[in-house]
Amino acid sequence: MERARRGVWVALLALWAGLFAQCAQAELKFPALSGQVVDTAGMIDSDSKERLSQMLRAHEELTTEQIVVVTLPDLQGSTIEDFGYQLGRFWGIGQKGKDNGALLIVAKDERKVRIEVGYGLEDRLTDAQSSVIINQIITPAFKQGDFVGGISKGTEAIVQVLGGDPLAEPVVGASGGDDVTDWKMSLLFLILFVAFIYINMRWGRALGGLGGGYIGSGGGGGFGSAGSGSGGGMRGGGGSFGGGGASGGW
Amino acid sequence: MQIERYGHVRGSRYNLSLTLLMLLSTLLAGCGINNIPTYDEQVKAAWAQVQNQYQRRADLIPNLVETVKGYAKQEQDTLTAVIEARAKATSIQIDANTLNDPAKLKQFQDAQGQLTGALSRLMVVSERYPDLKSNQNFLSLQSQLEGTENRIAVARRDFIASVERYNTEIRTFPGRLWHSVMYSDLPVRPNFEATAADADKAPQVKF
Repeated sequence: MERARRGVWVALLALWAGLFAQCAQAELKFPALSGQVVDTAGMIDSDSKERLSQMLRAHEELTTEQIVVVTLPDLQGSTIEDFGYQLGRFWGIGQKGKDNGALLIVAKDERKVRIEVGYGLEDRLTDAQSSVIINQIITPAFKQGDFVGGISKGTEAIVQVLGGDPLAEPVVGASGGDDVTDWKMSLLFLILFVAFIYINMRWGRALGGLGGGYIGSGGGGGFGSAGSGSGGGMRGGGGSFGGGGASGGW
Repeated sequence: MQIERYGHVRGSRYNLSLTLLMLLSTLLAGCGINNIPTYDEQVKAAWAQVQNQYQRRADLIPNLVETVKGYAKQEQDTLTAVIEARAKATSIQIDANTLNDPAKLKQFQDAQGQLTGALSRLMVVSERYPDLKSNQNFLSLQSQLEGTENRIAVARRDFIASVERYNTEIRTFPGRLWHSVMYSDLPVRPNFEATAADADKAPQVKF
């Protein structure tokens, strides 16, 4: 009698554990949004991380567009396309209603990289542009083991494209002359853009000291910049994603 | 004097009924009286997104076909299959009103599935032409097509989830009650079958 009862208990427990395991498997686990750079796979050194975070924070303060760089140790059995949009929605990257967020996702084990683009940025950061950034900037660096370089240059390119200066999509086998001028123009734009952000940052900070907050950052219903002194944390603005962007591997 | 008093009484009664109405509506909203129409609207919105993304794919095709044609004239059969599948898929349009028709939905799904198949064959064939593969226009179109296929997958999954939530609301308590009392004109909706290759992919098992 006692034994039979114990048997039933064990069986129930096993069933419950089995159910639990199934649930746990179906759900993806997302890392916490700790800042503009979420380096869960430990691929970025702290200096580069700080530099990238600053650049992305400046871009957000200027435009309210949120860009997050995230590295993952693995994709938990999912595909990077699947993981990407769900992570973006989970964090709510981009402002609510504008959906102006983007993610640069690197999956270490699967050797995959993806740029996930929110609805609101699809007109500038198009699939084709994302593909160019991945295939011509990020993966060539990754193939040589230069993860920090690839991620940094890729992120800079995303900011540049969002700043209204699309990357040239160089024609294979075209004459070199054109390419060089294109490249120079791009560089010039990038420098101007960064200078603009820098000036704006200085300005914003000065005004922030006087007025107690950034002007121009109030529209989104609250996000990270207000408390930027406290550890560089970040909050998603409630933006959504619809699967736009491009993927690649190395 | 009399008139004034009468007016006063009427005013307070009006106020009372207004308060009651507000109280009642708040209470009922808490019980989910608005859920069914809300979810219904969400289903429609999700459907609009599905159609948008399929349309986006259809818009890409003429350009893609032209580009491939320039490099791979021999592949006439594959190209024709894509053009025909596109014509068929774009001829079936479903708006919010015909969304309740399971046969129509299946027709739409089949036609789009056929186009997906024809397109993926075209992309496989394209691999054989190195000149085409290095053509910048083709690469751009290819990345746009990949992005759009992914958008379609996401939109379909959102649609499936929204129909599920709507149907569950109608079939379970207390939504079931509200449905029979107030919203009997809103039927249980047919859903996409998640059998297609791009819908609700089972997670890949990696060892």
